[in-house]
Amino acid sequence: MAYTPEMKELIKRVEATRPARLEKARREEHYPALTMAQREEVLSKFHPDYQEDGKRTVAVGPNKGDTYQEGVAALLESKSVVRPDKVDLTKVDHETDVLVIGGGGAGTSAALMAAEGGCKVIIATKLRHGDSNTVMAEGGIQGATHEGDSPYYHYLDTIGGGHFTNQRDLVAALANDAPLSIAWLEKLGMMFNKYEDGRTVVRHCGGSSRKRLQSSGDMTGAEIMRVVRDEVRNRSDLITTLEFSPAVELLLDDDGKCAGAILMNMETKEFSIVRAKAVVIATGGFGRLHIKGFATTNHYGATMDGVVMAYRAGVGNKSLHSTQYHPTGTAYPEQNVGLLITEKVRGLGAHVLNIDGEQFCFPLEPRDVESAELICEAMEKGKGIMTPTGRVGLWLDSPMIDELHGPGTVKKELPAKFIQFERHGIDISKEPMLVYPTLHYQNGGINVNGNSETVVPGLYAAGEAIGGVHGENRLMGNSLQDIITFGRRAGVNASKYVNAGVELKNLSLDHVVNFEKELEEAGVTDPKVAPIVLPDYSTDEVAENRWPDALTDGVPGV
Amino acid sequence: MCELDTKAPKIATGDRAILPEGARTIPIFVMGKQYDVPETLTIMKAMEFAGFKFLRGSGCRGGICGACPTVYRKAGDYKLYYGLACQTVVEPDMYLAQIPFFPANRAAFDLEALEGSVDTIHALYPELFRCVACNQCTKACPMDVDVLGYISAIKQGQIEKAARLSFDCIQCGLCASRCMGEIPQYHVAQLARRIFARYIQPQAEHLAKRVQDIEAGKYDPMLDKLNGMDREALEKLYVEREREPEFAPAGEWLPKDTSNL
Repeated sequence: MAYTPEMKELIKRVEATRPARLEKARREEHYPALTMAQREEVLSKFHPDYQEDGKRTVAVGPNKGDTYQEGVAALLESKSVVRPDKVDLTKVDHETDVLVIGGGGAGTSAALMAAEGGCKVIIATKLRHGDSNTVMAEGGIQGATHEGDSPYYHYLDTIGGGHFTNQRDLVAALANDAPLSIAWLEKLGMMFNKYEDGRTVVRHCGGSSRKRLQSSGDMTGAEIMRVVRDEVRNRSDLITTLEFSPAVELLLDDDGKCAGAILMNMETKEFSIVRAKAVVIATGGFGRLHIKGFATTNHYGATMDGVVMAYRAGVGNKSLHSTQYHPTGTAYPEQNVGLLITEKVRGLGAHVLNIDGEQFCFPLEPRDVESAELICEAMEKGKGIMTPTGRVGLWLDSPMIDELHGPGTVKKELPAKFIQFERHGIDISKEPMLVYPTLHYQNGGINVNGNSETVVPGLYAAGEAIGGVHGENRLMGNSLQDIITFGRRAGVNASKYVNAGVELKNLSLDHVVNFEKELEEAGVTDPKVAPIVLPDYSTDEVAENRWPDALTDGVPGV
Repeated sequence: MCELDTKAPKIATGDRAILPEGARTIPIFVMGKQYDVPETLTIMKAMEFAGFKFLRGSGCRGGICGACPTVYRKAGDYKLYYGLACQTVVEPDMYLAQIPFFPANRAAFDLEALEGSVDTIHALYPELFRCVACNQCTKACPMDVDVLGYISAIKQGQIEKAARLSFDCIQCGLCASRCMGEIPQYHVAQLARRIFARYIQPQAEHLAKRVQDIEAGKYDPMLDKLNGMDREALEKLYVEREREPEFAPAGEWLPKDTSNL
């Protein structure tokens, strides 16, 4: 839907303040950034993570006693999809060296590196291969590749952005490997934005001290995914991909080593057993839990499955209390609500403005600070713009970009975004966008070390499913780097582990039995069944009309 | 104080479509059956509103993964229309049929061993020359990619042109579904882009140099030093770090202190 006449009236206020703001931007005069103390204040008052309401402690498992948002806590205290006593673990359906759970950027990179190490690999993925948050990442990938930059500064920016709560060995791994990842992708034939001599085009992003963001138009993640997935298809000698086959439980052996997983065929509802010498969890994040009712930028399957399965197997979490709300999710039109508007828009110079067309924040604060400032402006100060469906938003003045960088820049630098809005009658090179913070990233996740290893031998994890790399706040461009760095590390280390010789004993689900016993003892009487695999968006009316028996089946996705 | 956490408005809970009081509904037909859904929803949200749950045919829900290609008709109109279910808005009396997956041949290759020329593409996909330029592929593309344009470019040996023309491809397969020459256009384009990026576009020299330094362990001591610092010292370094100017030409700017480069 194009803007309503009322909204078009409001846009005139934005246009009225634009010339003066442009003038300042050309002189490189910015709205002042907050001091560290001011950042803390706005975060503590307005960031959803910092409010006690809606949180509780979990009663079981490795993180017993830690506090999480309700939706997260409920999944950590969930029971299994399978009934352990009814599963015949001697009937193995697939044998492999490495099982990769998740077919996004991290899982696919892990699979390629494990195959590179000579291992037979199975990728089990819930949706189509490649369907993941990776494809949705737009802005770019960080990597200190230019002369004025180095892993030292990438480390500093990352740990500062994460409020110094990051796990240090993971930050060092990320900063160190970032250029290696980019070189790997370049060699695989990824189309980076480059100058004529081959030098990569780089830009600043929120919280960066160097122009370090390398990109492929505004579909950097999609381009990464296309290329690594295409390469997996070249390696069918070693890599088998099972689509629409989410893992629903990990398998250990009698020694407690990780030994595979149970997969579910989403269409036939058949379960199958994969026996594997090593397992890599790369299942992505939890956006589809819609924490605190926020819309999300995440893909359909982002339901925290890997964290849940690892938790039952005894692997704790790090920073899972922390959620990243991206400051600029689409607030209008309704069809696009929640979808990401890349930080690159602000990186290119667009200002965030209130209903009066006034600037109220430095456009490139770390994301959590920026989100808190937007929530404050709209909710506390009442300076947001209401949409016809009762949502609230703030302006993101994208027409500034063409003014600053020349006509056609918006269309050239943000082609996907341009098309997305044009479909609904909005030309973002001439009209501002309406934005509001949206649930974007699971900052925390499975606890690993710098080698992507968990405490369970043979179990590795990578990508958004792991926690600690970004501390309590992730910088733009570090998630695409994270999936490649730790995906590659997980694949390399899993193959080394397998190649060193692994003797699997009998397969076991005892960890699940014990976990469910713990649930009972803790008085968790009616746990959710998880992983939930896919969210349900049917209306209450439809749900009421379904046969009650169909709802109590206990198998998600039915 | 912000009230968002205590009572998020019902309308804003994620992707769930809520029918506001007095909202207009329109009839749509999903595989022949009529459902009344709120206007302005996308096909995907409208089908979910009607009670469908996607197993296939839904992915990113943001118009970029290519999992939800949809073909539809309108009442009384002979024409077939194409789109992505997550991006196309429902219209009254739309007749919908989701296409979960369209099979297409993909030729395997070893990128490092092949010759980075257009002959490679011609050899791997000889069916390219079955193109009769009917342009159905371009008409079917929900991303407005000039499919016929890039196929013609490849036939004429212009890999860079093909790579650039096909860059927005999300590999949904609608082009292949309509091709009377039975060409798997999106796989051909992928090969063209990889050959372009690997063999035609110059490789980044600054990157190769950085990789060498990393592999030689140049940054290990610096990162170890940072790992060993207490929080206060790190905070100090963080606050004092110099910011590269916005308009500094790439590769030319250096910080005052170059000891950590």
